[in-house]
Amino acid sequence: MVDAVVWDIGYLVSAALFILGIKKLSSPKTAPQGNRLGAYGMLLAVLVTMAKMNSDGIIGLELIVGGLAVGTIIGVWMATRVEMTGMPELVALFNGFGGGASALVGLSEVLKRIQESDIPAPGVELYATWIAIGLSGLVGWLTLTGSLMAMGKLKGGFYIPLTKKDDRGRRKWVNFPTWGPPWLNFVKGALLAGSFALIWLTIQEPENTDYIYGLAGVSGLLGILFVLPIGGADMPVVVSLLNSMSGIAAAFTGFVIGNNVLIIAGSMVGAAGLILTFIMCKAMNRTLTAVLFKSFGGGGKETVTRTKVGSDPEEVAMVCDGITKCVIIPGYGMAVSQAQHAVKEFADLLEAQDVEVSYGIHPVAGRMPGHMNVLLAEANVPYEQLIEMDEINSELPECDVALVIGANDTVNPVARSGEGPLGGMPIIDADKARVVVIIKRSLSVGYAGVDNDLFYENKTMMLFGDGKKMMNELNAAFKDL
Amino acid sequence: MSLTLATLVASITVFILAIFLGFELISKVPPTLHTPLMSGANAISGITIVGALFLSNTEFLDWNPGLAAWLAFAALVMATINVVGGFMVTNRMLEMIAGKKNRKGGD
Repeated sequence: MVDAVVWDIGYLVSAALFILGIKKLSSPKTAPQGNRLGAYGMLLAVLVTMAKMNSDGIIGLELIVGGLAVGTIIGVWMATRVEMTGMPELVALFNGFGGGASALVGLSEVLKRIQESDIPAPGVELYATWIAIGLSGLVGWLTLTGSLMAMGKLKGGFYIPLTKKDDRGRRKWVNFPTWGPPWLNFVKGALLAGSFALIWLTIQEPENTDYIYGLAGVSGLLGILFVLPIGGADMPVVVSLLNSMSGIAAAFTGFVIGNNVLIIAGSMVGAAGLILTFIMCKAMNRTLTAVLFKSFGGGGKETVTRTKVGSDPEEVAMVCDGITKCVIIPGYGMAVSQAQHAVKEFADLLEAQDVEVSYGIHPVAGRMPGHMNVLLAEANVPYEQLIEMDEINSELPECDVALVIGANDTVNPVARSGEGPLGGMPIIDADKARVVVIIKRSLSVGYAGVDNDLFYENKTMMLFGDGKKMMNELNAAFKDL
Repeated sequence: MSLTLATLVASITVFILAIFLGFELISKVPPTLHTPLMSGANAISGITIVGALFLSNTEFLDWNPGLAAWLAFAALVMATINVVGGFMVTNRMLEMIAGKKNRKGGD
């Protein structure tokens, strides 16, 4: 038998690779390398584990090889098949799998120990291991069900299977529910308290599996209720928080099996995810507690009373002719209508006329941190043209045309007044441009439920309609000039 | 595997220090990288695959290795999807964002 120190050194190298990987992932130039370092770290950790098991004696390879093979096939299939528009859902799903795996490891460990009558006598080992199993279960199950809910919300809804197809061959579509009366917070609090009580009970009666299954049920339900009241536009916060929690679950699993690499990697991911969560909250000017526990945008929506005459693509094309600087401000609507390629075509048309084109990206535009950047990168928009909010705001006063596509709250000037639901939220100053073109289905209010004065300004031209359709018409009109 | 108070405290020390390290590692991330950072970090949280591997090392008699083993198998499948899919998808995004000119040669 090889000295255990050898394995620990292997895991240490693997942890170091994870640290370097995460560090490098936060800068554009080194990010691809960072991802590769992370992957090498993971490969090393798996190899060390296999070698350690080989040295300690392999009892059966069937499940190991089978599990790795099935997981690899599904993982590769999902990763190569997904389109960039489906990325938020996929990231949410992977988050859930990470959390679920940690919870399952904890559960499997308990059952195995009960099966082998390997339950420690009351003392440090029992308390520490069982608390860790309980916590990895609580956080893991919660992450799994919460992520599945978040995935549903990111998709917006789902087709009911087995219902009658309509003339376009589609089944009945149901919007994913967002529901959360204030008393739901007490239910969530009770469930959380119940989870801790169940963890305490598992320590009192370690052989009793009822408690550990009960914990799985209660924390799974908690995950569902936790995400249920949170609306679509708050998803960037929720997805990054769930990302953080999948790391924490892995760290607790590290305590369960007594392995430092899990503790290091897990808690580091947990902390990094939390930072991203706070970046998202800051960009929306909301506190984390407000996002999680206060229903937002649901009640008290302003009704739109004013009207605005829509423009047609030909008019807009004429305005865009002969300008020198154009800023495109995308929002979730661009993702929904998948207009990114048409937007890029428009930018190409302008650039052919020596117009300076850049994109103003609000940090919470879309449904996932960085959503717009990924979509535009898919359409081959050069990285240098994607400009952060603060930087683009200094350029907008010199901008001839600001083209807002599918965004609303992130360009609402009312935010600067510091009042109402949007008060104080940092926005992109689209209203500073000489002409503002807004592509949107209607004048309806955005997620925050606040009417947008920008729509009614004289310099604003509204193109009412589906983002992709209007962009294509605009491109056609521009070519015809 | 016997756990003493000393090893527990050592593990908790590692846990706390790694949390601080995580906070320090990422101070300012450009928004372009928010999605890849999240999905890359998520792939790393699939490290729980190590635990799933250890627990999957069991006897496999007539497709009946017991519930604990099947749960470990399910954990292994999920963790592997998380790891393999996570790193691949992150790589795809980064190649798209960085483009060919920024791609670094040599790992």
